[in-house]
Amino acid sequence: MAAELHVELVAADRSVWSGEATLVIARTTSGDIGVMPGHQPLLGVLESGPVTIKTAEGTVVAAVHGGFISFADDKLSLLAEIAELADEIDVQRAERALERAKSEADAAAERRADVRLRAVAGH
Amino acid sequence: MGAQLRVYKRRIKSVTATKKITKAMEMIAASRIVKAQRQVAASTPYASELTRAVTAVATGSNTKHALTTEAENPVRAAVLLVTSDRGLAGGYSSNAIKTAERLTERLRAEGKDVVTYIVGRKGVAYYGFRDRPVVESWTGFTDSPTYADAKRVAGPLIEAVRQDTAEGGVDELHIVFTEFVSMMTQTPVDNRLLPLSLEATAEETEAATGKILPLYEFEPSVEGVLDALLPRYVESRIYNALLQSAASEHAARRRAMKSATDNAEELIKSLTRLANAARQADITQEISEIVGGASALADATAGSDK
Repeated sequence: MAAELHVELVAADRSVWSGEATLVIARTTSGDIGVMPGHQPLLGVLESGPVTIKTAEGTVVAAVHGGFISFADDKLSLLAEIAELADEIDVQRAERALERAKSEADAAAERRADVRLRAVAGH
Repeated sequence: MGAQLRVYKRRIKSVTATKKITKAMEMIAASRIVKAQRQVAASTPYASELTRAVTAVATGSNTKHALTTEAENPVRAAVLLVTSDRGLAGGYSSNAIKTAERLTERLRAEGKDVVTYIVGRKGVAYYGFRDRPVVESWTGFTDSPTYADAKRVAGPLIEAVRQDTAEGGVDELHIVFTEFVSMMTQTPVDNRLLPLSLEATAEETEAATGKILPLYEFEPSVEGVLDALLPRYVESRIYNALLQSAASEHAARRRAMKSATDNAEELIKSLTRLANAARQADITQEISEIVGGASALADATAGSDK
């Protein structure tokens, strides 16, 4: 069995997902970063984007809006102000939000909706 | 029915109606405390992870940041006061306000200008009535604050701290809120939020966990991480303060409503006694009137027999 790292995905008001994973891919301000067990201690700023968590059983995808990634001693924490698992995302609602954001030229809302939809598509 | 008795009956009825209301409010508050406590618990992982991250930066670097540097001559301090939107919560709001007053006085004595920010309608009303200036206030969410609310509150505050003091910015940020100690005890506290002393935070965490943090690699850079991290840290602290205040508010309201219910019960008891006595007096009077009438009749017939 491959080495595993412990992942905690927490939003500001709840704990979203936690478990063991073999690989975590997240988007930081300086590009996508993949973390595997044994990675050196890391503290980075996350961009809005999908986070992919590969576990022994399968892949978990979550949409994360702003936050941090910190890794030390094979423990990875993903802190986000807003985080949603792909299964929790209401696709129709996200699509509606995307259209509304486009018509109102609200760049931030548009990006949020886009990230949600991409997280669902990557699932 | 005698007039006296009718008055008592009416008062008992109205006190009973009041008791029903206070009992209902007590029960609602009790159920909300549990919810508020659960929210506090749910926000803890984020807050503790964030504290860990801040500590990691503090121990891993000597970077200076606008939010962590102490001003040499602090001239202006901001005070954020957290009160409730609604009353009927005993001394909850006034205790918080009193603590804020004491803090303001202390800061003034230290020669600092104090600017006030307020959460909750009660605090706004207090300051409004006394015609004191309030820089900004937020209302409408004190009984169940969300993270978005905390973000809304934190935004202007962080902005004010970042601004130069000469241009109207502030050097310090204090927060006054009611700490939820237990169901029975809630204490108003004042904390200095900014400038954040990283060394103190680091020592606290090290003392708590008992181990030294590893050396982190920062992505994109120490300054970049700190820039993004500190505002989030402040937001999370404010969020925590709002949640604790909400729990305290419900606990204070529950206690106030419980004593109101108890008082109503007591009042009903004594009123019932009085009503009983009045009824008894009515009956006694009626009997004595009948007896008096009968004996007068008997006396009259006895007289005519003669």
